[in-house]
Amino acid sequence: MTQSQTKLTRADFQIDGPVKWCAGCGGYPILAAVQKALPETGVTKDNVVFISGIGCSSRFPYYIKTYGFHTLHGRALPIASGVKAARPELSVWVATGDGDSMAIGGNHFIHTIRRNIDINIMIFNNKIYGLTKGQYSPTTPMGSVTKTSPDGTIENPFLPGELTMGAQGTFFARVVDKEPKGMETVFIDAAKHKGTSVIEILQNCVIFNNDIHEQIVGKDVRDDRMILLEHGEKMIFGKEKDMGLILDGLEIKAVKIGENGITIDDILVHDAKTQNPNIHYMLARMTYPELPVAIGVIRSVERPTYETMLEAQVEHAKQTSDIKDLKGLLHSGKVFEIK
Amino acid sequence: MGNNQKKVIELEEVVVKFAGDSGDGMQLTGSQFSDASASFGNDLSTFPDYPSEIRAPQGTVAGVSGFQVHIGHTEVQTPGDLADVLIALNPAALKTNMKWVKTGATIIIDIDNFDNKHYKKAGYVEDPLHDESLKGYTLIKAPITSLSRATVNSLELGIDQKTADKTRNQFVMGLLFWLFNRDVKKGEDFIAKKFSKKPDLVTINKAVLFAGYNYAETVEAIATQFHINPAKDKKGTFRQITGNVATAWGLIAGAQKAGVKLFLGSYPITPATEILQELGYHKNLDVKTFQAEDEIAGICTAIGASYAGCLGATSTSGPGLALKTEAAGLAIITELPLVIVDVQRGGPSTGLPTKTEQSDLMQAIHGRHGESPLPVIAASSPGNCFDYAFEASKIAMEHMTPVILLTDGYLANGTELWKIPNADKLPDIHPPFVKDNDTDYQPYKRDKERHSRSWAIPGQPGLQHRIGGLEKSDIYGEVSHDPYNHEVMSKNRAEKINRVANFIPDQKIIGEQNGGDLLVIGWGGTFGALNMAVKELREEGYNISLAQFNYIFPLPKNTREVLGKFKKHLVCELNLGQFAEYLRSQYPEFNYQQFNKIQGLPFFIKELKNKFKEILEDK
Repeated sequence: MTQSQTKLTRADFQIDGPVKWCAGCGGYPILAAVQKALPETGVTKDNVVFISGIGCSSRFPYYIKTYGFHTLHGRALPIASGVKAARPELSVWVATGDGDSMAIGGNHFIHTIRRNIDINIMIFNNKIYGLTKGQYSPTTPMGSVTKTSPDGTIENPFLPGELTMGAQGTFFARVVDKEPKGMETVFIDAAKHKGTSVIEILQNCVIFNNDIHEQIVGKDVRDDRMILLEHGEKMIFGKEKDMGLILDGLEIKAVKIGENGITIDDILVHDAKTQNPNIHYMLARMTYPELPVAIGVIRSVERPTYETMLEAQVEHAKQTSDIKDLKGLLHSGKVFEIK
Repeated sequence: MGNNQKKVIELEEVVVKFAGDSGDGMQLTGSQFSDASASFGNDLSTFPDYPSEIRAPQGTVAGVSGFQVHIGHTEVQTPGDLADVLIALNPAALKTNMKWVKTGATIIIDIDNFDNKHYKKAGYVEDPLHDESLKGYTLIKAPITSLSRATVNSLELGIDQKTADKTRNQFVMGLLFWLFNRDVKKGEDFIAKKFSKKPDLVTINKAVLFAGYNYAETVEAIATQFHINPAKDKKGTFRQITGNVATAWGLIAGAQKAGVKLFLGSYPITPATEILQELGYHKNLDVKTFQAEDEIAGICTAIGASYAGCLGATSTSGPGLALKTEAAGLAIITELPLVIVDVQRGGPSTGLPTKTEQSDLMQAIHGRHGESPLPVIAASSPGNCFDYAFEASKIAMEHMTPVILLTDGYLANGTELWKIPNADKLPDIHPPFVKDNDTDYQPYKRDKERHSRSWAIPGQPGLQHRIGGLEKSDIYGEVSHDPYNHEVMSKNRAEKINRVANFIPDQKIIGEQNGGDLLVIGWGGTFGALNMAVKELREEGYNISLAQFNYIFPLPKNTREVLGKFKKHLVCELNLGQFAEYLRSQYPEFNYQQFNKIQGLPFFIKELKNKFKEILEDK
């Protein structure tokens, strides 16, 4: 953004009409956090594009005053990839859900991440199909009773972070819909990250899966059951800030500082920027009750992005090719003059 | 020309078929021969015939790969029904191709491979050289392998036998150069260019080329030389081009003439893959290619690119088109430009992936959920794939719609001698772009003439808007579940496509302009065979005409008038009658007879003529 431009504000991204999610939906605070974060990301208003698939979360583009494209179930990522590959200068965001990105769009999810194309993917993970009214999703916990699993699910759920690491992701963060400040900070980090940013948002579905995350993010338990990770900081959690994470062999363990000879020096320091994904993978996989659930930016590493490499190939071709225009193309190679 | 006095016979045209193992370089040999013929000025058409296995076991029927070249002094529009000359490098190649050669044809075999071991592999019970099966043919038993090896070994360059054996196709080439009275220098030039970085390979291949040439000149088994004069009616600058390359270039031309960049999102699929490959070489002309993880992602990235202001395109074949249909519906409801190229092959399912067919017509016209019309056009020769890819791009961008371009395996891989168009004379394309900060802009406001919406691009100041797969309100583009609005929008989308008919040329008649006894009706890739068959019958005095359709949906506005001029209508197509069925639905007042073929093969001129005569003579 140039100096002369007036600084954008949240209001620049607010639509005039109504937002039509259910009252109490986690979508509202997410939308607000995005609208507050965007002015801090250095974008110009005209260059922002929101793309979505199908599902409650995917109504997002209608509720934010930017360019928007509400696409097909599962296909937001290839459409967003087309936009970004075609026009690298655009700031491209995807709003998707656990069904949209992990089930019908699962293939696109891993391949988009593998390419490291510079888009920001917000996964609204409410662990349920909301728009179709309450069927289990790929992130629904094993055994859950839903409309399509009257006897409980018999499928292991995906963790979006696991898939991101498995697909060689360069950025993964987890946030909670009821923590506006945390979301805003992470959205800004994600926007600034060059490459595919995956943000898993633990989102509440007030109608079909109410309080699904409550046992982790609930007011009374959150300090003990979540750990806020910050790059360069010790991995400490707990109401009294007396719990920490250590590496015991190849396992992460939660320990109490001051007990069993554990001191603050034994506690791991979070390094989100190390290329080695092993510790990030372990952190992303931490689940309650064995371990606290990791919140914040878990992984943020540099790697060349798809669209910059593609642009470089285009530039190189323009500089080196003998064919300069359509006429040159038509007459290239073997041509016969017949008289 | 040596002291061996041999007879020279002048021919109007000749068909040569090369056949060997898939690893024998038959496609290369065929290309080399056709290049030499083109540079001599012959008209020509080629068609490769390759198995879907890449390298099936050597010497077996499954592994036979072929390449047919039709060259002529007269006009050439097909690769030819049957071969005048067959080169069979092993018994399997002979066995597979005997049914595709003319009675009395010249057959050149590599005698070194005709032994019991090879007969067994090819599944011969009797030795074909000693039973009656080759009686009446001119058989040339050339020791191709042994003479090629001996030639290479005599140069003492320390070349291994495997490499030496790869020169065999140059022996064949030398033999053909002599047989067709050609300047062997052209063959040398080809080798020098092909192996420019490997001097040893240039030396041995040239030596073997001459060995073949000298062998043909010397051996008594070859008694005649053939001569085909340069083409009568071809003047100007030409090149050989396949349908797939022509399609790729047509898309580039479309984007350039509209002043936008081209983006192809695709997934490899036979026989369409070369379009993706070819465009990958032309990034210098503002082309981006994206090899997607699947067919769906292919079309979706293209839609994303179109939304972002590029000409988005995707290339595929029947199975891929099936996977893309939901996304095609998205491009229809969001009214974004998009070119979908379907290079048809034998179906359903994996079917005959390397063979040609016209059986995706109904899928192209109707194969989507909802009321979802889009223009369908079809190319009818390898070269005019360029014109119709350009036309598809023009319609897509000027009318703001996805367009399906149908080609087929026969056009895609076949070549013709194509007159290079004048790039400056191609028409400009005028997409309905919007000016920055246009306060009158509404996403679904329509152009008066075309009934299409305009194209506002992300990044443009003051035009932020939201589109998507949910039904939108007329003009303003807000999400709308209003029942009446859905009907209005459904009719808007249909009307927009109907109006494309106002911008396409009239349907032409080849033959009796004022009508006559029989109108042969074809569409797309069958043009060459239908046209030649009709032409030959007209020369024999029959009252017969041809209407070959390139614009399928909507049909040209004069279609009813054209059909009404004729007494009988015969629809010929490589499927079980899809275009006939479509015409019945559009113009039910005519009685459509059908001639259908569904063997993975193109029409042969002979079978068409027989059918046409049968109908003409049936009073």
